Amino acid sequence: MTPSSRLSVPSAYVRACFRIKRFGLVTRFCSGGSVTKMSNAGKLKSSSSELDLDRPNIEDYLPSGSSVQQERHGKLRLCDLLDISPSLSEAAGAIVDDTFTRCFKSNPPEPWNWNVYLLPLWCCGVVIRYLIMFPIRILVLTLGWIIFLSSFIPAHLLLKGNDDLRKKIERCLVEMMCSFFVASWTGVVKYHGPRPSMRPKQVFVANHTSMIDFIILEQMTAFAVIMQKHPGWVGLLQSTILESVGCIWFNRTEAKDREIVARKLREHVQGATNNPLLIFPEGTCVNNHYTVMFKKGAFELGCTVCPVAIKYNKIFVDAFWNSRKQSFTTHLLQLMTSWAVVCDVWYLEPQNLKPGETPIEFAERVRDIISLRAGLKKVPWDGYLKYSRPSPKHREQKQQNFAESVLRRFEEK
Amino acid sequence: MRMQCNTILVSSDCVSRKEEEAMGNTSSMLTQYDIEEVQQHCNNAFNQQEIVSLYQRFCQLDRNNCGFIPSDEFLSIPEFAVNPLSQSLLRMLDGLNFKEFVAFLSAFSPRATLHHKIEFIFKVYDTDCNGKVTFHDILRALRDLTGPFMSEQQREEVLTQVLEEAGYAKDSSLTLSDFMRILGNSGLKMEVEVPVD
Repeated sequence: MTPSSRLSVPSAYVRACFRIKRFGLVTRFCSGGSVTKMSNAGKLKSSSSELDLDRPNIEDYLPSGSSVQQERHGKLRLCDLLDISPSLSEAAGAIVDDTFTRCFKSNPPEPWNWNVYLLPLWCCGVVIRYLIMFPIRILVLTLGWIIFLSSFIPAHLLLKGNDDLRKKIERCLVEMMCSFFVASWTGVVKYHGPRPSMRPKQVFVANHTSMIDFIILEQMTAFAVIMQKHPGWVGLLQSTILESVGCIWFNRTEAKDREIVARKLREHVQGATNNPLLIFPEGTCVNNHYTVMFKKGAFELGCTVCPVAIKYNKIFVDAFWNSRKQSFTTHLLQLMTSWAVVCDVWYLEPQNLKPGETPIEFAERVRDIISLRAGLKKVPWDGYLKYSRPSPKHREQKQQNFAESVLRRFEEK
Repeated sequence: MRMQCNTILVSSDCVSRKEEEAMGNTSSMLTQYDIEEVQQHCNNAFNQQEIVSLYQRFCQLDRNNCGFIPSDEFLSIPEFAVNPLSQSLLRMLDGLNFKEFVAFLSAFSPRATLHHKIEFIFKVYDTDCNGKVTFHDILRALRDLTGPFMSEQQREEVLTQVLEEAGYAKDSSLTLSDFMRILGNSGLKMEVEVPVD
């Protein structure tokens, strides 16, 4: 889609597009706009102007002045021009440590097993985990699938006339299947707070570590989730089974899909009998130590926002799905060969937009609540930067500040 | 060329890195000798803990274990990529092994001398490493710093006049000692803290 062709599409559609894109979605944009501009690195797509509109301003989140060089006054001297130390310090600071890459670093569990004394014990553990527990878990999962499919398919086909009953049964079955999944990694999940109920005009937002977040939340309540369409067997599940609980899956590269999703979404939050809506506003998996910026879409629907905080305990396994390094299947296998997945889920106090509050401020407030409860650190970065270089806008901001200060002081005489 | 370098550290680097993976141990396996060697190389600008923490960072950025950090990896750090001077710095960072990497960063240590810091700034300007900074070198840096917000003509005008006021002709070139004189008492502040866990 070129900018000129975009101008000719009806404005309602454009609005719908933006609306959708603001929701947290999982994979990279592949629209024509971004393909035309390749970054000099070649591998990653540079952020297109289309994406910029979607992206909240980083400056809105940074404490004021942190990205702005200190103002100096008086006549411009040579030493002021030559003194590039502020920019250099910023660059060196980023090389030494930056908050962005920290968000997506896999942190394997603390090592205890390679000590010589513990080695025999650890070896026993490996035998038990891989040769005893893993087959049992596969068995449990298979059993789950058999029960699930043998009741889901008849219910789906036979109860066409009785929609309410069918929905109810399907909902229960999906919850049950998710419980089987959780059992297959011996999920020890503790839920705090009231169980979500079905109600119109409310949206649940949670921090996102892995796709298993969804399974863990789904086993308690059949949420409808908005997510990127995945390839392979996950995609098959999405289009067949999860569709029945009202999950909204779509392919971002298809302009038509976005329009449909925008409409579905608006309809969904209005319906009283629909499953509660769940959105992961970070749009990407973060390693459960940090939270990246929340996309503001979920906070613009005019609904009550119910924060959900998920914190994994990594004594046995790191639940972070590093989608760049492993496929979801490998990730699941890793979980299934570990002792257990331990995690806490908090359903927190519902929040509403305060008068005079912008959606961004609202999103930040909810992020505060979730980060505090789950003990996560907040960083001012957009998770999509994982897939694209930062837009030149941020660099230009710095350049503009510098140029203006130089020119002003040059005029001063 | 630079990477197949000289030092003992490169080889001991590899050993300790492998060991580290085998042990599943993320705390660095640098020996005291390694650390002392690096410290000597950077004039004790960093203490032991800081070196360890820089080593972990280096390993994290050197994802393919090739002994140096490819420029692509630096550019994947958004905070670095948005820096106006990132291209000039990448030129200096290209193919550094760990020891050189620490030496590069030592200019930002609070323990580094003013002389060292100014020398670093000089090197950023001196792209052809001939010990002289010309009008065009400064102009190039100014171009990076101001981008599209100043015209080429404006930049030349400003630079010419400021140089003249400081007593330099447009075609004269500045040496390190000129830089010392100019920046020596301008209250230069260039410090970066190395996070220690």
